[in-house]
Amino acid sequence: MNRISDQEFMFLADKYLRNELDGRERSDFKAYCAANPDRADQLRTHQLFLEQLKAHVDRKAVKQTLAAIANEYPADEKPEVKRETTLATLWNKYKINSLIAASVAIVAVFSTLWLSGYYKTIETTTSNYSALRRDMNTVKRNVSAQNAVINSINSEQRKGNKSESHFGATGFLVSANGYVVTNYHVVKDADSVHLQNIAGEAFRAEVLYIDPANDLALLHISDSTYRPLKSAPYTFKESTSAIGEEVFTIGFPRDDMVYGQGYLSSLTGYAGDTTAYQISIPVNPGNSGGPVLDSRGNVIGIISGKQNGLDGASFAIKTEALLKSISAIPQDSLSDKLLISKKNSLHGLARTEQIRRVQDYVYMVKVF
Amino acid sequence: MDKLDKTISLESDRKTLTGIASGDAGALKALYRDYFPMVLHMVVQNSGTAEEAKDVFQEAVIVLYDRISQGKFELNSKLKTYLYAVCRRLWLKQLGGYERTFQDVTHYEETIPVEDDLAVHEEKDQQMALMELALNQLGEPCRSIIQEFYVMGRSMQEICEKFGYTNADNAKNQKYKCLQRLKKIYFTANNNENE
Repeated sequence: MNRISDQEFMFLADKYLRNELDGRERSDFKAYCAANPDRADQLRTHQLFLEQLKAHVDRKAVKQTLAAIANEYPADEKPEVKRETTLATLWNKYKINSLIAASVAIVAVFSTLWLSGYYKTIETTTSNYSALRRDMNTVKRNVSAQNAVINSINSEQRKGNKSESHFGATGFLVSANGYVVTNYHVVKDADSVHLQNIAGEAFRAEVLYIDPANDLALLHISDSTYRPLKSAPYTFKESTSAIGEEVFTIGFPRDDMVYGQGYLSSLTGYAGDTTAYQISIPVNPGNSGGPVLDSRGNVIGIISGKQNGLDGASFAIKTEALLKSISAIPQDSLSDKLLISKKNSLHGLARTEQIRRVQDYVYMVKVF
Repeated sequence: MDKLDKTISLESDRKTLTGIASGDAGALKALYRDYFPMVLHMVVQNSGTAEEAKDVFQEAVIVLYDRISQGKFELNSKLKTYLYAVCRRLWLKQLGGYERTFQDVTHYEETIPVEDDLAVHEEKDQQMALMELALNQLGEPCRSIIQEFYVMGRSMQEICEKFGYTNADNAKNQKYKCLQRLKKIYFTANNNENE
């Protein structure tokens, strides 16, 4: 094959690349290229160039398609994500950190509170409060149940006497033949009751009658060693005494008899209880059941309790309630007749003499 | 995602890739629908506009296209991950590399290195710009004749009729002259570029 012109060669090359040459022409062309290396180079360059051209057109087409699609895509549609403020950006960035910090802070606060006993304090406060409320409710239901809300004077164990008795309180004779009155809360749940006089003699007693509503209990000395005393020197004053009346009491807040003196400060007891007085005598656990006498030797009431957190507010059940309660006892059920003392031998005596005469009729009540 | 799901999703991704390689409008549309919102979100979150997001996404698709047409593309991750990585890179470049203030919307556990792909893309972009330039300089009707014959594969007879040449030889001569001119422009520009 002779040397052909550039134009002729390119024409053949195009045909070759498009596979338009028949078998002979094709082998001729190949042989020609093999014989002329410059032509072979030319052919390769041409081929590459055409590929480049094709690639370019294809790529452009893809680009145009994409652009068309992009135009279809709603351009005005505001992206749902609003531009976040710097604050929001910071928040997103440090969200985890701040959450962890917050958790740590919470744990630290509560564990500190717990360790410092804060919750124990709350618990105590709450329990005090609820107890008080419960008491109030009790009072609302039954005003007479004052013993439930006032600090029972006898209810505290006397530490030194644990082996001797569980509870200690006071009681006094209403009838010389062995009938002793005290508070119901003293003998409540009692296994056995013993009475001890000022001389130190102890007698066994049985609970004859209880009146929980008035917080009263009547005991009878059942001990054979008991010798009935002569009739009590005091009388019972059924009418209401006046505010300001000077009163005194004798009781056993400890193993020895203790005298206490004060005045009648209100005609009603705890929470307006009309069956009781408020008196201003310092009383302590153990005074419960002690007699309250006026200066003429009349028993006007029985110490029953005091109010928590209120200084000088003690309560005494009125004699009227006591006598009513006693009169409710069926006389037939008593072995000895209940003789309320009617003779007052204390009137006009000095206080020391009054006490001396009364003290034999006042007992320490020991409940086991 | 378990292995089977992964295989299936990779399979569908591969189909999409084939579509992109052939410039199939449907495939491109699907690509746009599936992955553009993610890119839009990313760009808009990082001080861009919806228009810029579109540009970035288109360029990313072209990057992918270049890579595929080079014939070396191996899909090692999900297509979504790949596209996101490319778009992120492109947008960062546009922002001027303030990577500090950049926040990823989606934190992919694996960051795909796309630098190579972008390099290929840039090179190709340059070549294509040259070709575009050359074709523009060539002017009509040469440009159309070249395209009709070499790209669309029309025969000389058809071109003759379409462009109103009296005989095929005239057309053939014209075509040859056009091609020579195009080559000359292109290679001159290419050499200038390389120098």
